[in-house]
Parts: sequence; C-alpha cells; structure tokens
Amino acid sequence: MKVPFSRVYEAATFYTAFSLKPRGKNIIKICMGTACHVRGASALEDKFERTLGIKPGETTTDKKFSLETVNCVGACALGPLVVINTEYHGQMTMNKVDKLINKIKEEGAQR
Amino acid sequence: MNENPDTQARQIQDNLTIYYGPKKKFVTICAGTGCRASGSLKVKEALEAEIKKQNMKVEVLATGCLGFCEKGPMVVVHPDKYFYQHVKVEDVPEIVSKTVGKGEVISRLLYRHPDTKKNMFREEDLPFYKKQLRVVFGSNGMIDPMRIDDYLAIDGYQALAKVLSDMTPEAVINEVKKAGLRGRGGGGFPTGVKWEGVRKAHGEPKYVIANGDEGDPGAYMDRSLMEGNPHSVIEGMIIGAYAVGAHEGYMYVRNEYPLAVKHLTIAIEAAKEKGLLGKNILGTDFSFDIHINKGAGAFVCGESSALFASIEGRAGEPRAKYVHAVEKGLWDKPTVLNNVETWANVPLIINRGADWYASIGTEGSKGTKIFSLVGKINNTGLVEVPMGTTLYEIIYDMGGGIPNGRKFKAVQTGGPSGGCIPESLLDIPVDFDKLTEVGSMMGSGGMIVMDDRSCMVDVARYFLAFLKEESCGKCVPCREGVRRMSDILEDICAGKGKEGDVELLETMSQSIADGSLCALGGSAPNPVLSTIRYFREEYDAHIKDHRCPAGVCKALITYSIDPEKCTGCGLCIKVCPTQATSGEKKKAHSIDNNKCIRCGACIESCKFDAINVK
Repeated sequence: MKVPFSRVYEAATFYTAFSLKPRGKNIIKICMGTACHVRGASALEDKFERTLGIKPGETTTDKKFSLETVNCVGACALGPLVVINTEYHGQMTMNKVDKLINKIKEEGAQR
Repeated sequence: MNENPDTQARQIQDNLTIYYGPKKKFVTICAGTGCRASGSLKVKEALEAEIKKQNMKVEVLATGCLGFCEKGPMVVVHPDKYFYQHVKVEDVPEIVSKTVGKGEVISRLLYRHPDTKKNMFREEDLPFYKKQLRVVFGSNGMIDPMRIDDYLAIDGYQALAKVLSDMTPEAVINEVKKAGLRGRGGGGFPTGVKWEGVRKAHGEPKYVIANGDEGDPGAYMDRSLMEGNPHSVIEGMIIGAYAVGAHEGYMYVRNEYPLAVKHLTIAIEAAKEKGLLGKNILGTDFSFDIHINKGAGAFVCGESSALFASIEGRAGEPRAKYVHAVEKGLWDKPTVLNNVETWANVPLIINRGADWYASIGTEGSKGTKIFSLVGKINNTGLVEVPMGTTLYEIIYDMGGGIPNGRKFKAVQTGGPSGGCIPESLLDIPVDFDKLTEVGSMMGSGGMIVMDDRSCMVDVARYFLAFLKEESCGKCVPCREGVRRMSDILEDICAGKGKEGDVELLETMSQSIADGSLCALGGSAPNPVLSTIRYFREEYDAHIKDHRCPAGVCKALITYSIDPEKCTGCGLCIKVCPTQATSGEKKKAHSIDNNKCIRCGACIESCKFDAINVK
C-alpha cells in the first residue's frame, strides 16, 4: 500500500478501536455513558481498578485482562453496564465485579 | 392530531395477523441489545426447545427492541397478545403449557400497575406505552429484523414502489418538504431542503449517507432502529437516493454496535435478492447500492465533514462549514447526510402522505421523536412521542417518575452539546426550538434524568472530560480551551475551586464557541453554561463552602453510619476495601474517615440505608 507511515499512525492513534499495545485475553469495557455515569459507573471503574490492579488502558501482567472505558455502548436502560469481550452485563454492582472476574479466571475464557 | 395514537401500531399488527393467520399462535421475544443483556436469547432457545418437547408447532419470533428495556426479557404470546416481563428460562415450561397451549394467563409474569396494583395484560395498556405514538418504532416488536418477508408483510417497500411508479424526484422532495421533516440527528435542518440542494448541485456522482454514528452518551434509539427494523432505514435511503439522483450510498455505523452491522448487512443482501436494491430496482432504470462503513470509536465522526473524512479512510477531522456538504461532501461530491431516524421517517411520509405527517407535532417540529429515557427513572427505555409532548408527560406519565422516592433534579438532553433542564421548566413542550430556547437542544434524543443525588457540577465535569477526550485537536480554542475548562471543573469537584472560577468558565465558553470550526467545539460549553444558569448554587456550595450537596464529589463528602438504622450485620465491614468500617456484631458500626476512600461499597451492600453521605 502506498500510504505514508505518518497517515497510518495518525489513523491508528485517532480512533479508539485501534491499539498500538498488545491487549489481554479478556477485554473489559466499562461503559462511561451519561446514563451509566449517573448510576455510578465511576465507582464501578474504581472497583475494577482495585480488583485487577490496573488502570483503564492497561493490561494485567499475566495478559489475562485489559481494562478499557467506552463512551457509551447504547444499552443505557441497563446501566451501569460492563461489556466483557462480547457479553453485556447490565445493572452492575461492585459486588458482582468479583464474581465475574473469578468466573472468567476459572473458565479461562478465550478472547 | 387527528389520529388515534394506536391506529398505526394496530394496523401493523393487523397486517401481521393476516400474514400469520387470524388465530395463529406465535410467540415473540424481544431480542434487542437490552433484552439480550438480560438473557433473552437463552429464553428464546428454551422456548423453542420446550415447544418442540411439548409437540407443538408454534413459531418463536426474535424481534427488535420493544423499548421497555427495564422489563426485559419481554415475551408476547399471540393471538391473545399477553405481555410477559422479566421472563426467565425457568418460566418457559409454564408459558408453553399454560399460555401457548391453553391460552391461560400467568399473572406473576404480567406488568403490575404501580398505583392501582392491577395486572395489565397487553402492551398497549401499560402506562409506559399508552401516551406514546409509535409510528416509526412500533413495528420493531412485530417483525424479525433478519427476515425481509416480515417487513414486506407490514407493507414494507410499498413506499419505494409508489415512488418509483408514480412520483418524480421533484414530487418526492416536495412531499418531504411539505411534511416538515427535520433532521433527527440533532441539528433539525429541514430534510427536504437538504435534498433539494443536492438534487440541484453540480457534480457527479452524488451520494446519500445514513449517519449511524450515534455517539451521544445516553442515546440508543438509532441503534434500536438499525437492529430492530433495518429495512425501514434502507427503504428511506433508496427513496432519498431516487429523489436526489444518487446511485451509491453509505451507512456509517458505530463500531460499538456489532448487532446493528449484522442486521443491516443481512437486510441489504436480502433487499438485493428481491430486486429492491442494486441494478434496475423493481424493473425500473433506477439503480442504487449501499455499502456499510464501520466507525472506529470517535465521537467527532458523527459530525458531517469528519464522517466524510472517516469514510475516505482518514482521521475524522472536521473542516470549515462554509463548504456545504450538499455541494461538496463525500469525496467532494454533492452528498445527503441524514440521521438513521430521519431515514426511517421517509417511507412513512410517502405511505401516509405529507398532510398526515404534518398533522402530528408542533408548528416548527413535525412528526414524532424517539427518546431514550434513562438515568434515575423508574421506566427506562425508548419512547416515541409526538413533537410537542411535555417533558413532564415523558418523565412522569411514561417514565413513572423517580425511583426510591427521591426528588427530580434535572433532565439532560442533547448529549455533550446539550444542557440540563430544571424542574421549573418541565412543562415545556419538547421540540427543536423550545429546547434550544432553554439552553439545551434536541440532539439525537437522549434524555438522562437526574435526581437529588446527582451533582450538577460533576455532570458538567463529566461532559467536559468527555469532550476533552473526543476533541479532534484541529482547532486550538476547542483543544486547549475545553482542556482548561475541564481542569477548572476537576478542581472545583476536588475542593480546589476559587472565587471567580464560574465567571472564568463563562468567558472561556464564549471564546471556545466562537473559535471552533465544528459543532463539537461550538456547543462544548453548553453543559457548563446550562448548569451554571440553573444550578449556580451548587457551584457556590463547592467553591465557597467546600461542600457537595448531592454527595457525589469524593473530596467534599464524608461517610457516616446512622446508629439508629444500623443493625450491626457486619456486611459493610466485609465489603470495605480499606478496613475503614468497624464494629461489633449487632451493635452500630462506625466509619474511620481517615481510611475511607468513599468507594460506595458499603452503601451498595447496606440493606438498611444506614450510611449517610454529607
């Protein structure tokens, strides 16, 4: 392809769907939409950070989990909401976070 | 309005009943994204397995979103149309043997009216649906979006047939103009005028595009249309293409909406097979084709010129607005860009006529609008109402008010470009002009309800943080100005606000709005300005008294335990990540505020509402 490297780099860094770092096996996306926000998404984010020991945009050292935030996944009625790989988890609570993470660890779920 | 609100929905249902036979038994289950998240696909599988097990021959139809996402998964058993909510796999054997088999109703699965406590049998009886006028969105629940025959059964593609056989492109444009259809993406530009501009513009080829980059956080009506009734959007686009003289179209869909992409792809293929799309549509010499483009996660790409750049394979940076898209849009060719919901309105206008359409709504805003009613509200979901319905009707009559007996504070409309509307303005009729007048805007239709536990300064901070991330960086006032405003708001929320901050925010707002090329920067200050306008006292409480009245901003609040309410169950001790809660069993516990990180875990776990936040 005759595309200058700078153009590729520009597009790759402009859009959030692209990542220049390798991501983990399981991608956890916390919805940060307004509806989720007013229903406590940031408390949920903190909980994930504490549980996994990483911040959004980072991957655990065992490469099992990547934590990301997303601006809105469009399932606002069920907020706060977390998407793990392709599965939606609505009406999330901090209590459910540990259960979900443990379940994935046990299953060794594939990406 | 001269139409019974239910007429259209009923008519669709009647058509479908003919398709299935008048007394035919069939079961529909909502398979929109919301219900899927609540497990509707598992319920569907269970229904099919159980029907087979009980030796019945009854079809199970996985439909698009019904709108009342709060109550999912939702199942409707025909021909009696019994409406069941929160259906679980365990309920399935009983539904099949009793309701499907014998026509008996299962009371525990029915919706119960919150005031009268009476069971409601059918969808149209529910207060959530009663005042709605679901002309665009209503057929979602009656068809399987993956089957074109279902759409044809509800008179799908009739409008296209009418246009191609009886109408000139000019007549189509005039009909849309006469109907008074305005862009549903937020801008509210008259659709017919836009089409006329492209028709008359010089340059070939011409393009039509559906904007499905629904980036406003808190809005998901376009998603539900693309997923639940993709053909209605496609039919609208074909009609639009015929009117403006385009032969190629694009659907730009958010990367976050994989199901929408899937359903649109299936729909396009099916339409091609039936000769409704592609070469020589319905045997005429009009040809038109649609491509799907996936976004890649950038809010600004919902803006027209950024969207063109993105389809062209570049970073989505907007350009100056004196170059109009109708003359130079995609690849610098004349382009019609309309929102998904706008397109879905087009077949309706052609089928039922501009006069009918224009009879719905207000002076300046015609037709209906779908809103996503979310946040701190009892009945969350999608509602479609005639323009001019008041905010009060939407929030209280349909939405059922605020949960847990809390007090309404504000409703946020228009996404990051909009504003927060206070209680005193709830009786304004919702239309394009009214919402702008009160300092907010229609936007794509998100309505996020907030109660007294939502901090308005935090909401402004949230939106500016969002916009800071999403600013493409091209215009300095937006890139740097929004960042600075965001910093100031972060400081205020962290208890480091200074006297004069509010005035500084106001001054900056003006410069950012003036100095930005696109609407992202131009409207970026709106969340701040509207909260200052209506909730100035909250800013003052943060800055002067170092207090967050809503109990949200962590640096300004403390947790304590109400000894009267605490039963000493020990749950808060178990969940506290920093061991800040302590106490003996069966005695009132306490919180050490030096250790407390105000994560909210104790509040979530406490069953006795004993944690106070001040």
